[in-house]
Amino acid sequence: MHPAKSVIFFTTASGAGYGLLFFLLLGSLFGIIPGDFWFLFLSFGLAYFLITAGLLSSTFHLGHPERAWRALTQWRSSWLSREGVMAILTYIPSGLYAIFKLFLPETGGAAVAVLGVLGAIACIITVYCTAMIYASLKPVHAWANHYVPPGYLLLSAATGAVLVNCLMVLWRAEVFLPSWLAVLLLGASLFWKIRYWKFLDGTKSVSSPESATGLGEFGRVRLLEAPHTEANYLMKEMGFKIARKHAAKLRWITLLAGFALPLLLIVLSMNVTGGFAAFLVILSVASAAIGILAERWLFFAEARHTVGLYYGAEHA
Amino acid sequence: MTSLPTTKPEKKLGLVIDLDICVGCHACAVNCKEWNTGGHSAPLTDIDPYGADPNGVWFNRIHSFEVTNDEGEGRTVNFPKSCLHCEDAPCVTVCPTGASYKREEDGIVLVNADHCIGCKLCSWACPYGAREYDETAGVMKKCTLCVDKIYNPNLPEESRVPACVSTCPAGARSFGDFADPESDVSKLVASRGGFDLMPEQECKPTNKYLPPRPKKLGQAADDIQALTPIADNSAGVIARWIDKFLSA
Repeated sequence: MHPAKSVIFFTTASGAGYGLLFFLLLGSLFGIIPGDFWFLFLSFGLAYFLITAGLLSSTFHLGHPERAWRALTQWRSSWLSREGVMAILTYIPSGLYAIFKLFLPETGGAAVAVLGVLGAIACIITVYCTAMIYASLKPVHAWANHYVPPGYLLLSAATGAVLVNCLMVLWRAEVFLPSWLAVLLLGASLFWKIRYWKFLDGTKSVSSPESATGLGEFGRVRLLEAPHTEANYLMKEMGFKIARKHAAKLRWITLLAGFALPLLLIVLSMNVTGGFAAFLVILSVASAAIGILAERWLFFAEARHTVGLYYGAEHA
Repeated sequence: MTSLPTTKPEKKLGLVIDLDICVGCHACAVNCKEWNTGGHSAPLTDIDPYGADPNGVWFNRIHSFEVTNDEGEGRTVNFPKSCLHCEDAPCVTVCPTGASYKREEDGIVLVNADHCIGCKLCSWACPYGAREYDETAGVMKKCTLCVDKIYNPNLPEESRVPACVSTCPAGARSFGDFADPESDVSKLVASRGGFDLMPEQECKPTNKYLPPRPKKLGQAADDIQALTPIADNSAGVIARWIDKFLSA
């Protein structure tokens, strides 16, 4: 599948944003994150910036961005629509909670806490909807499997935890819990991604050139002549091919820059203090960002669509 | 609505494509483009049509496959492919705007170009590659089963079939109602063992394909033998003349 830049940025940025928002809400509810105005203002601000920038960028690849509001209408049947609706709904309880904590920190009590809990649940549902857009596409074997939704949730949580940890180190707050949370989630993401690639390398689509043409009873099927001389929309969008050696390299970049290096940097940062710790956690964010972009690029580039079977692919 | 019709459609219009007859002439694709560039989803734009990299929107494309059996004997099968107007069309249910829909009255799958946001998700959801994005218009386009031709009262009765069907010089394409077990297309599918493409994708396509008829494979070598002269050059002139006379 063609890795569109706007969609890669959307899923990674808003994924990290929802992860960050989720942990800010939980951290605030349980009194783990600092409660002072500027910390909350900057960290909630960063979460909403990542989410909003991601959502806006997702409209850039549309043929008619001005009609994007129509995408909110079909939530009964479409995961893309559900994702849009949930993305907007998440702003309401989480935003109200943030406003209360920022400007009226002494009021509300239980009612405000309910808003925080609702906001945190909405974050999970939104990321799940994003994952289901892909996991519900049966023609793409690499996506329509039970590794994808937990993978999206894990990566969103891991990148969010890396960000929370960084913000709190910069604020010189107590980071024992956020640091270990980030380490745990990075480790789990690393494990899950390896499992996913093992699955991908060991299986293939249920469809084949034989089933695509229905000619399996006559023998092995191969494309003799394409319908046209030049590449068409289907071949450009669905037939994106990535060189095997690049895929292997990018998988290493994902595992190292995305998970292993930030994990090490955060463990290291726990053992030092002051400016050096701040430097290490900023590096952990930068490294995770590079790794997660490589991961998402591969998620699209490695995915094969059944339509390729009509254009010479031996498997999908 | 992007949900599929809940009631069973009265009619299930679609095509039967006979892979035994198709000669791969591409006339159906050309006439499809010709009709539809002025039809319901007009225009079918082309990018760089006279340049080095011409490409554009087509609703119907003709592939050619080679099928080789275990004995190493091959056959060529020409393979036209367009939208199959599936009963469980995934392109309809993934649409976030409701622009993609399946008609209750006859099962035709269409796109409302005024509501389409061009997110391309429907083309990802279709296992067959039936949908093509129009870069110029910024909306998705697809086979309409010539909805503007098959119901057109200004056309003579016999012309009210999709453009690909009316143009096929070999008669490889038939159009009709699959909901009626007595229709010509239903009988054709029953008698020839018509099949679905990729049934494992569970889209329940309406269009059916008919398999190529069995070929007398392995006979070719014997047939070539029969054409060689019985008498070779070592035979006398008269014998060779008689052989030539009798072989004529």
